Amino acid sequence: MKILVCISNVPDTTSKITFTNDNTAFNSAGVQYIVNPYDEIALSKAIDLAEGGKGSVTVITVGDASTDATIRKALATGADNAIRVNATPRDAWFVANQIAHYAKENNFDLILTGRESIDYNGAQVAGFVASLLNIPSVSISKKLDIDGNTATVEREIEGGKEVLTLNLPAVIGTAEGVAETKIPNMRGIMSARTKPLDVIEPLEVAQLSQIVKFETPEPRGTVTLVDAGDVEKLVALLHEKAKVI
Amino acid sequence: MSILVYVENTDGKFKKSAFEAVSYAKAIANQTQNQVIAISIGNVEEAQLSQLGKYGASKVLSVNTEQLKSFVNQAYAAIIVDASKANDASVVVLSNSFSGKGLAPRIAAKLNAALADGAIELPTINGQNLQVKTGAFSGKAFSFVALTSAIKVIALNPNSFEVKESEVSAAIENYTPSVDASDFSTIVKEIVRATDKISLPEADIVVSAGRGLKGPENWAMIEELANVLGAATACSKPVSDAGWRPHSEHVGQTGIVVSPNLYIAIGISGAIQHLAGVSSSKTIVVINKDPEAPFFKVADYGIIGDAFDVVPKLISALKAYKGL
Repeated sequence: MKILVCISNVPDTTSKITFTNDNTAFNSAGVQYIVNPYDEIALSKAIDLAEGGKGSVTVITVGDASTDATIRKALATGADNAIRVNATPRDAWFVANQIAHYAKENNFDLILTGRESIDYNGAQVAGFVASLLNIPSVSISKKLDIDGNTATVEREIEGGKEVLTLNLPAVIGTAEGVAETKIPNMRGIMSARTKPLDVIEPLEVAQLSQIVKFETPEPRGTVTLVDAGDVEKLVALLHEKAKVI
Repeated sequence: MSILVYVENTDGKFKKSAFEAVSYAKAIANQTQNQVIAISIGNVEEAQLSQLGKYGASKVLSVNTEQLKSFVNQAYAAIIVDASKANDASVVVLSNSFSGKGLAPRIAAKLNAALADGAIELPTINGQNLQVKTGAFSGKAFSFVALTSAIKVIALNPNSFEVKESEVSAAIENYTPSVDASDFSTIVKEIVRATDKISLPEADIVVSAGRGLKGPENWAMIEELANVLGAATACSKPVSDAGWRPHSEHVGQTGIVVSPNLYIAIGISGAIQHLAGVSSSKTIVVINKDPEAPFFKVADYGIIGDAFDVVPKLISALKAYKGL
């Protein structure tokens, strides 16, 4: 089974988020970049599925050369080879078109993405890629099993879960529960240096949307402390002042 | 031209998020002199459908066939795309629910439309372009996305837009779409719904607990507190990682981002990743025995105390307040 895993290069979860140029650009100064945590789940699942010679795992990312460290981490974790589309990602549509174009030419049985990226929080790439390839997709899966040509997926729904089956090839967005995240070991780190990382040039894609500015949330006010022995006061405050109960 | 809104049902009933989406579509329609057309797919009775008029839909397209009773991503997207073309829709609105997140990109791709998902406010209109405010960096920031394509798709976050009533009466039409057999390659095998649970992304009140609870056996008091308040239960990442609670309850940067009216955090210190997922809650209450817990810096109300002492007292006080 040939598996393609789409990975995104995102600021570390502890990063303080600031912007430059009148709040029009993300300030990457001093920010550590990581493999998007949801994409790590996708990658870990792909490695499990391909284990023991049952398949191969290719990772793909859209980014400039600065993302190579993130790609090498994916290779160290256990991917067999990597593709970097040499472009700064503009939006999810741009990224999805690059992935779909590559996937079309290379016939993958399964395409895995994270359910969203922790930077722009769109859950768009899985659906876009599937639509461009005209194949089924599940955007947020909590469990994934493959049997031959059929994927069985557990998907979260409001107040419950849904179990569905779909034919491969398909695109699945993964969330927690699909796989335990793998951490690269020393052997993986050493072998990652020699694994193939191919750089390809991007497709031209019409731009449909653009982030024009960012804002950070207003700082919250100071806390009103209530004595632990006087919880009735908290109830009264929530009712009378905050008006939330 | 029209604004098309997809209204999602759960077992034939519309929830608040569906009315939020119609109200949102109506507010856009008012600014662009359009009408709102709602599309419902699945087994929904006419009495439910006609409710949509109350929130601004002047026409409701009802697709009610056995084959489409369960949510099938590809088929639903194809139907919504068809309906938006047939009704000359300039904007397609849907809820950014679990299903909506799967549908929105498929619809946008087929319509060659720009997509803003996770919208939290009414867009500003600039000629033919819309600018939509969405959450970014898991609640640590907001982004303003300019949608410049001819057709736009907006997925609205639950609890982000007030349900507003309009004096519109909805004409209900049965709509028979043409769907391809290939759109049904996904088959729903089973739906398991915990009927006594309140859905976390849509909840008005969320009661959340962390490692301070010491073990899964101590969650009964959290559930009781949630019951008294009519709240959903949630947890921090270490708790779901330890298997004390299901992943579906994990709130934070790498879990579910929530924005309820009231978020009560018990025994959660408030790591930056957790705060990112809850900071848009309207009121935050923190109960923690560590006065230095970072969560107190973003809380509106706080109690410094042991959860095992404070929570039972709080349950009693709330029961007394509610006359239970």
